[in-house]
Amino acid sequence: MKRVALFVPLVVFAILTLFLLKGLERDPTELPSALVGESFPIFTLPSLGDEQRLLTERDLGSRVVLVNVWATWCFACRIEHPMLNQLAAQGVNIIGLNYKDQNDKALQWLEQKGNPYLFNIVDANGILGFDLGVTGAPETYLVDASGTIRYRRVGVVDQRIWDEEIKDLYQQLIGEAD
Amino acid sequence: MIAELGHFALIIALAMAVLQSVVPMVGSFRGYSNWMRLGSSLSIGQLLFVAISFLCLVMAFLNDDFSLKYVSQNSNTALPDHYKISAVWAAHEGSLLLWALILAGWTAAVALFSRSLPLVLIARILSVLGAISVGFALFLLLTSNPFERLLPMAPMEGADLNPLLQDIGLIIHPPMLYMGYVGFAVPFAFAIAALIGGQFDSAWARWSRPWINLAWVFLTIGITLGSWWAYYELGWGGWWFWDPVENASLMPWLVGTALMHSVSATEKRGVFRSWTLLLAIFAFSLSLLGTFLVRSGILTSVHAFASDPERGVFMLMFLAIVIGGSLMLFALRGPAMQKVAAYSGWSREVMLLINNVILVSAMTMILIGTLYPLVADVLELGKISVGPPYFNFFFVPLTFGLVVAMGIAVFTKWKSTESRLILSKIPVPLLLAIICGGVFPFYLATDYSFSIVAGLTVFMTVWLTATIAVDLIDKVGTNIKRVARLSYSYLGMQLAHTGLAICVLGVGLSSAYDQTRELRMAPGDNAEIAGYTFNFSGVNPVAGPNFTAFQAQIKVTQDRRLVANLYPEKRHYNAGGQVMTEAAIDPSLTRDIYVSLGEPLTGGAWALSLQVKPFVRCIWLGAIMVGLGGLLAATDRRYRRRKKSQTKPAVAS
Repeated sequence: MKRVALFVPLVVFAILTLFLLKGLERDPTELPSALVGESFPIFTLPSLGDEQRLLTERDLGSRVVLVNVWATWCFACRIEHPMLNQLAAQGVNIIGLNYKDQNDKALQWLEQKGNPYLFNIVDANGILGFDLGVTGAPETYLVDASGTIRYRRVGVVDQRIWDEEIKDLYQQLIGEAD
Repeated sequence: MIAELGHFALIIALAMAVLQSVVPMVGSFRGYSNWMRLGSSLSIGQLLFVAISFLCLVMAFLNDDFSLKYVSQNSNTALPDHYKISAVWAAHEGSLLLWALILAGWTAAVALFSRSLPLVLIARILSVLGAISVGFALFLLLTSNPFERLLPMAPMEGADLNPLLQDIGLIIHPPMLYMGYVGFAVPFAFAIAALIGGQFDSAWARWSRPWINLAWVFLTIGITLGSWWAYYELGWGGWWFWDPVENASLMPWLVGTALMHSVSATEKRGVFRSWTLLLAIFAFSLSLLGTFLVRSGILTSVHAFASDPERGVFMLMFLAIVIGGSLMLFALRGPAMQKVAAYSGWSREVMLLINNVILVSAMTMILIGTLYPLVADVLELGKISVGPPYFNFFFVPLTFGLVVAMGIAVFTKWKSTESRLILSKIPVPLLLAIICGGVFPFYLATDYSFSIVAGLTVFMTVWLTATIAVDLIDKVGTNIKRVARLSYSYLGMQLAHTGLAICVLGVGLSSAYDQTRELRMAPGDNAEIAGYTFNFSGVNPVAGPNFTAFQAQIKVTQDRRLVANLYPEKRHYNAGGQVMTEAAIDPSLTRDIYVSLGEPLTGGAWALSLQVKPFVRCIWLGAIMVGLGGLLAATDRRYRRRKKSQTKPAVAS
């Protein structure tokens, strides 16, 4: 009996290794392909700063938009924010999805760090986040003019990611929309 | 040319590591003493060549040799020289080379300072360390070569070092952390050598103790520096994020702490032998797992600046061989060492067992929390992230239990303690802790309200320091000269435990009484928090060596007395275009004033974050004391004297 017990650590480690091996095949920063090509989920949620106004998926409009999932508790969002400001200044349409956050803190954040968003969807309970399959903040979705998700980024969008992964697709979608 | 030299030296080091892993091991089985002795010369030779290789990379950075891919990605001509040197370990390839250098350093140290150990044992230890070196050298040469050239199209200018890393904290934090991680390779090698030889007696524990302590001290200091760096450099006043990379360093620390305690019981009383052995394997395994998690990009983290699945596969194979192999060895050879020694209820053995159970549970919680998102993803449960609430939920009660047990443990004796003795010591510290915990929060809060967090914190700190004081008074009595007679390991323990008490105080009070205001301020505006008045007089442009910045001037006063002039900055780095926030801090033991500059707003106004953080400095002060305590214990005379007198140590148990 005692002998068998000594094998426990080895068995636990073997199981762990299998998970790590499986995990390696997956890139946590890439989208589970199921979502690309799907329509943006239906939602009805309040707008940040104007809780009386209800937003729906129609408010994304017939335009190419980036939907950025963010929160004040999210540390990496602080790093990402200047990049969003820069993109907004270049005329990119960005819609914020304020995820599991507090409204006053979120408003304060935008006042302090600048507001790159056309408007912000308040998803205090993570309802829309659940439908989107949000794994955490920040995340960014590129949605085309017909409301179809075309790209998803888990993690920070920085200059490199924008240049290498998003920019061309974004411009192509803009071209399609015109 | 220098780069090729470095590359070549690394290949030679690999060859030496191969020899070092094979020759002494074979010698130890065949009884060839000259084969066994070869281990120490090879380990010193290996250190020499890894050091040459490392120096070559440093030279490449100092010479701005952008034909090296790694240099061009992480340096720039405008970068100050000391950052060019620290840029060597700013990314994956150089970090690994530093890792290999430190491993070679530890190995050579073992070879030099363990001459009194039985030759067979030392040969096997060096051979195991050599095998680990082979793994890292291969990893470097096959998947992450820092000497890779970008020819013929060498860039004229480099991409610059990530501005987050251009900081004194980042010059010393990674080497300290790696000293700790890699240091656990030494007790690991001791454990494997003992398992191979089947000799796991008290001498084994005694020999490995100073090594365990030293590695643990480096890890403690490394983690502390990392936390301090995050606090002042990331610009928003947090000091721990439960990020996977931080967790990866905390796990080996917790297991290392457990190991340090259980090995003392093994040395003194011959108990917990298999357990100590397992902890020695775990501590290093978790260090390797941490490297894997950080370097493979398997988990998303702010620290994962670059990742590559190919490297992940190599690391995982290495992990499987090292950890799987050692656990297999443990499973096969472990039973030979079961030996039971008697101890009862209130004994020190039991208290150390409680310590180990708590520390290992804490580690398990963190491991589960860190890997759960991955496991959930693999099992198709959807992607999940686990946040700070999960970790705090487990960590706070575990810490409480640990601190309570620490206070009692100090009064216990080996084998068994009369419960009357313990019960006679406890009332005074307990009463003191309850009173202080009940009263101080009223005194500390600005509005005389009671905070449960603060109450519990003060309770823990007072309880722990008071029990330590009672025990010291018992031992020293009225004659202060008797302090000199106390052993370094005893004093080290008390210093480290006091450090923990202070650290707990910092963590608890700074989270209970932290005051933060984020607001818009125009030049001339005043704001008040926690009794301090902040006067914002405006923003000026300033230029640094490789950045331009906006610098704000803020005058902090209290009751019209000047407390500090603070100059927070918003930096714009020229090469990469990144924007960084440099917070300005006025530190003191009882509170930090922390100011960071946000975005410019309309009309010359700026967004500012003003924070007052009571006792936050105690976190690092306490942690440093913990580290120093470990260092003091590692220098205990016992280890040195035994080593000298035991030129012919007892091999058989």
